Amino acid sequence: MRLYEGAVGTAYLVSSVVVDDTITRRLEALGVNEMTPVTILNKKGSGSVIIKIRGTRLAVGRRISEGIEIQEMTGREDAPHAEQ
Amino acid sequence: MQNNRSRSQQSDRGENQQNDRNKNQQNGRTERQQSDRGGNQHNDRSEICVGFVGNPNCGKTTLFNAFTGANLKVANWPGVTVERMEGSTSYKGRPIKIIDLPGIYSLTSYTIEEIVTRRCIEAGEVDVIINVVDASSLERNLYLTMQLLELKKPVILALNMMDIVEERGMEIDMHRLPEMLGHIPVVPVSARRRSGLDVLMHAVVHHYEEGPQGTVVHYDADIEDKIAKIETILRAKYGEMENMRWHAVKLLEEDKEVQSDHPVDVSHIVSQSYEKKIINEKYDYIEEVIRECLVNKEERSAGTDRIDGWLTHPVLGVPIFLGIIALVFFLTFTVGDFLKGYFEILLDWFSGAVLALLTQMQASEWMISLVVDGIIAGVGGILTFLPNIFILFLALAFLEDSGYMARVAYVMNEIMGKVGLSGKAFLPMLLGFGCTVPAVMATRALASERDRRRTILITPFMSCSARLPIYVLFAGMFFPDKALLVAYSLYLIGLVVAILIAFVMHRMDRAGAEDTLLIELPEYKTPNRRTVFIYVWDKVKDYLTKAGTTIFLASIILWFVLNFGPNGYISEVTDSFAAMIGRLLVPVLRPAGLGAWQIAVALISGLSAKEVVVSSFSVLYGISNINSAAGMAELTTSMAAAGFGGVSAYALMVFCLLYSPCVAAIGTIKRETKSWKFTLAMVGFQLFTAWLGAVLVYQIGSRIF
Repeated sequence: MRLYEGAVGTAYLVSSVVVDDTITRRLEALGVNEMTPVTILNKKGSGSVIIKIRGTRLAVGRRISEGIEIQEMTGREDAPHAEQ
Repeated sequence: MQNNRSRSQQSDRGENQQNDRNKNQQNGRTERQQSDRGGNQHNDRSEICVGFVGNPNCGKTTLFNAFTGANLKVANWPGVTVERMEGSTSYKGRPIKIIDLPGIYSLTSYTIEEIVTRRCIEAGEVDVIINVVDASSLERNLYLTMQLLELKKPVILALNMMDIVEERGMEIDMHRLPEMLGHIPVVPVSARRRSGLDVLMHAVVHHYEEGPQGTVVHYDADIEDKIAKIETILRAKYGEMENMRWHAVKLLEEDKEVQSDHPVDVSHIVSQSYEKKIINEKYDYIEEVIRECLVNKEERSAGTDRIDGWLTHPVLGVPIFLGIIALVFFLTFTVGDFLKGYFEILLDWFSGAVLALLTQMQASEWMISLVVDGIIAGVGGILTFLPNIFILFLALAFLEDSGYMARVAYVMNEIMGKVGLSGKAFLPMLLGFGCTVPAVMATRALASERDRRRTILITPFMSCSARLPIYVLFAGMFFPDKALLVAYSLYLIGLVVAILIAFVMHRMDRAGAEDTLLIELPEYKTPNRRTVFIYVWDKVKDYLTKAGTTIFLASIILWFVLNFGPNGYISEVTDSFAAMIGRLLVPVLRPAGLGAWQIAVALISGLSAKEVVVSSFSVLYGISNINSAAGMAELTTSMAAAGFGGVSAYALMVFCLLYSPCVAAIGTIKRETKSWKFTLAMVGFQLFTAWLGAVLVYQIGSRIF
């Protein structure tokens, strides 16, 4: 599912990041990489989302939140350094 | 000191050592006689240049202030520093130059901040990089560190905010961390509490010639193979370079700057950009570092999350924001007005005393007029608004240092999106409530040039603090019962006009308007007393300086053009130069209900600084204390005689709200856009908007009331 479809307060794993090249690279440099745990802190109907990733809070707009694919954390409790 | 210059070399050196010793005693330290390592460096007196590099909002500027004694603005949102700043300090007599650079997340060149920082490092301006990292957010911060290590320049890691790390019960393995970072010095500091500063400079003096040892991040076999091949090509063309690996990695990432600096054909090796893979592998290594070095990794951010539950609430976020802004201005007007009374009493007394003194000294009539009606009326009148200005900036300082600023970008994102801008564009607009000049500079943080220009165009419509005295005065005079409401309405009109203009531009050109907001939200914290003090004092000082320079000069010039005409010193003000100039504009301003030459003169003077509109009225109507009840009554009577009533007053305030802020703002806009065409077109547009707004108010208002 896409990032903005996730539930507030839930932790997921990033499965892919596909926005424009420049923005994708910026997100990756900020630590939004594949298989990184991400928690959704807040979101709006418009698609803006606040996430917590690698100990940092980021606010992203819809164009970005629909470019980030996420998946459930299930069975990945032993994932490298999960949040919380 | 100068006289001692003729002494011999030897005794000169002895004197330096003496100075050293004194310094060390001041620092309460004992001097280490000839340290074991770098003994030669110890006697070296050449300057070391240090560059502060790190993520936005990690405390670089706070650290810079602590070392240099400067009072640069700091606040709790990413992107406060947009320009490089230089300062100096010394350690044991060794001069050290410090360059504070804008915060960056990565050593690429996508944003202005990144370009500024990268150029400074690559041009070899700095001998040693102090990589300031927020230790409470180590994982993200270390990404930039990994890039810096590849540069092979001497790097020292300053672990800032260690106090927060300790508060959270986290521990960092200070032995293992440097080992995993190529044995660079790692120094825990707290810029806020000013601890660890000496140790950091000690590291600078002793390690400024040593780069990181070995290769820190090893990529997978495929990439390492390509790096080796590119290095061979580079070596063949450019000879040995100390940062060979950095260039090779950057060429693999298809970095534009390196491609143009070192044009080599690597197309047979680089079939695609390996940037994604390289980033991921750096983060893989960082995860390893975190696993090994961060003990008790727990998140104590429940407080921030709880506050954010309300402040970034999907529905309540906007009303809460508007409420906070309304509170800021409520405090500005009510508390400010309460304190203002004391200033007025003081000014009245001062004005009376000077008049008495000058009369006693039998000063000539024109001299008394210049000092009392010109300078004291103009400058003094402005000083009585200081309490309002003080409260406004105090409130803004709290907003900026609490961590709320960045949230506003998220909260306003949808509204700004409707007019084709990102929520981030709202930050400069919000700063515009304080002063247009820094607000325009803050637009540098915006991603595209298109967004920047649009934001620069609408920011001046946000009512800055210089317009405050105009509202206080005219709303107080003509709408005494509803003064606060009138002032609120003007702030609202400014905001609406700004958004309307952005909307019209968005309708004309919809290209590239996608919601690509991306901003880091810092943790909330109690505003730091020192930070708030510096911020407010800086603004108060600006205001006083402006009163002493721009407003002082404007008052004298105005007094001159009012009291002199083509025939010299005149007694009838209508024969003055000012009246002649003002009358030229009367036909233009008449439809706005502002058809008096005095108003035209005040508005022209207001281009130097908006407060001058107020000081001009004092000088024009010869009122010594315009902000007092008596002064206001006097001005109302004089103006009412010329048919100037409530509707005209409101039209005047709308005009002042919308027309060009001041020469300083215009200069900044020219500097930031690098275009006279844009700047002049903007000034013309503002004048027209102001005129149109005032005409609408007057024409509609005078038919209703």
